[in-house]
Amino acid sequence: MAKVLKKRPKPSIAYLFIAPWIIGFIAFTAFPLLYSLYLSFHKVSLTTEGIKTNYVSFENFQYAFTVDGVFMNYLIVFFRELLISVPIIIVFSLIIALLLNQKIRLRGLFRTIFFLPVIIASGPVLKELQDMGVTTIPSIEEVFIYSLASDNADQFIFGILLYVLDNIIMILWYSGVQILIFLAVLQKIDRQIYEAAMIDGASTWEIFWKVTLPSIFPMIVVNTIYTIVAYSIFSLNPIIEHIKVQMFELDTGFGYASALSWVYFVIIGLILILVFVIMNSQSKKRYAS
Amino acid sequence: MNKLMTKRKNIETARMKRWFIGVKGNDGLLIRTLIYGLLIGIGFVYLFPVIYMVSFSFKSLEDLLNPLVNWIPSTLHLENFKQAYQVLDFFPTLFQTLYVTILPALAQTAVAALVGYGFARFSFRLKNFLFVLVMVTFIIPPQVTLIPRYLVYSELNLLGNIQAFLLPATFGQGLNSAIFILIFYQFFRSIPKTLEEAALLDGAGHFRIFFTIAIPMAVPAIIISFLFSFVWYWNETYLAAIFFGDQLTTLPLELQKFAASYQRMFPAGMEESASQLNEGIRLAGTVLSILPLLIVYFITQKWFVEGVDRSGITGE
Repeated sequence: MAKVLKKRPKPSIAYLFIAPWIIGFIAFTAFPLLYSLYLSFHKVSLTTEGIKTNYVSFENFQYAFTVDGVFMNYLIVFFRELLISVPIIIVFSLIIALLLNQKIRLRGLFRTIFFLPVIIASGPVLKELQDMGVTTIPSIEEVFIYSLASDNADQFIFGILLYVLDNIIMILWYSGVQILIFLAVLQKIDRQIYEAAMIDGASTWEIFWKVTLPSIFPMIVVNTIYTIVAYSIFSLNPIIEHIKVQMFELDTGFGYASALSWVYFVIIGLILILVFVIMNSQSKKRYAS
Repeated sequence: MNKLMTKRKNIETARMKRWFIGVKGNDGLLIRTLIYGLLIGIGFVYLFPVIYMVSFSFKSLEDLLNPLVNWIPSTLHLENFKQAYQVLDFFPTLFQTLYVTILPALAQTAVAALVGYGFARFSFRLKNFLFVLVMVTFIIPPQVTLIPRYLVYSELNLLGNIQAFLLPATFGQGLNSAIFILIFYQFFRSIPKTLEEAALLDGAGHFRIFFTIAIPMAVPAIIISFLFSFVWYWNETYLAAIFFGDQLTTLPLELQKFAASYQRMFPAGMEESASQLNEGIRLAGTVLSILPLLIVYFITQKWFVEGVDRSGITGE
């Protein structure tokens, strides 16, 4: 017995297992992060002798927010699209997951279809489809636009609807992973809870709000975070394209691109923290038991 | 007596209602039709671009211009595919794509298994802190680390080399590495401790246990990780374009510059109108570039679907 106890996992061996990650984290994540922060305060030029840096204080950041109108513009557009798309993706994938969670035939086939975009939707493929105008269903769009235009609806809401219709397939195509995550968690909810609720006379509608939603709430948070991250680093995103262009621009270069990437990183980080805090406090307020 | 009658009557109506509308929303005819209708409708919207792509890729110029030809081309026009095949330089590009996706995916899977095992089976100082750190790396946009990596690679002459992808993957910093570590972490946590203790009692070392007991049990997790990693590396064009430059190329990258390559290969005005780039040829190129992924997906789709199930983010 004593021998077994002695042979219990020794911490030093554990470090051997995770050592590759720690080395990689320092070399490929932590160091680049700090280095790009350092570069963002410099003017960087590549010379034959190597990299040359000149300290320019906050000039790069100043330039980003005052002179580089394109960047600011992209940021605003990105923020607006995020605000519209993320809730739609979450609600939509939850609805699909709920549908798939019913006792239906061909569930496997439907899952295969809904997950397909995750496999094939790389930036260039979506770009081709966008160019051909295949990211929207033409007939649906026409019907909606005509009925809306005749309604002389609010310009703001009209704009949102138009964006959604224009990109309906793009938005749907972003939902593959989220649908499967919701479906997985829905299937883990104990059937007995539903039965108990039904015996107590709860309706399907009540059960959804009082049983299903609270039990999948953590996954709504996870999916929201996943969606924001996936959306912000997708290769068709104009901001990251802008960063790439600035990298190889002579009068701005790596220093300025680093500053942009850091601004972007901080903004995404703030959005994620905000979303996390709001959703968490909501869940505590509503589902505290 | 009367009470009993009304009760029975109530049960009768309830049964009728159940048959038609259903109780839990899944038994009734009405609801069921609605569910299938919705699923088929949404499924069509999902597949619309793919159907469009395949249909148009077979259309000749006449078909494209003819408003009467809608979904089904009048002839199977294979010329589009022939040209797209040449423009993409299909097989050489495919082999390069496989080269720069399979190797990083393998490295990424191997290291995720190792690290996931370390987190799942041992307790050590800073474990929680380190694990949170692993998860945090998921939200760091690759653009932030891109520039320093680019500069260092260019110093080390690694640009245009597969090492630009392979090195970070080997050290657990590849595309979405955090997710793969999480998958293995969840998987290895579910293996009973007694197995490990028995092996320890027999005098096996921890690495031996890892290789002879844990890895053979983890085959499903390995397949899932590899497949996801493969697809994500395949579809990665932003980093690939910067790191690989002109040295290496992938099918998605070739698709990105399809129009330009086409103009170079079939200059306008040289021959008859057949040499104009049209929608059909571009979509044939798109179809060709996703065809290998489609084949992989239809063989292995169960693993993808299960993968999300097993990723462990839904908790146990």
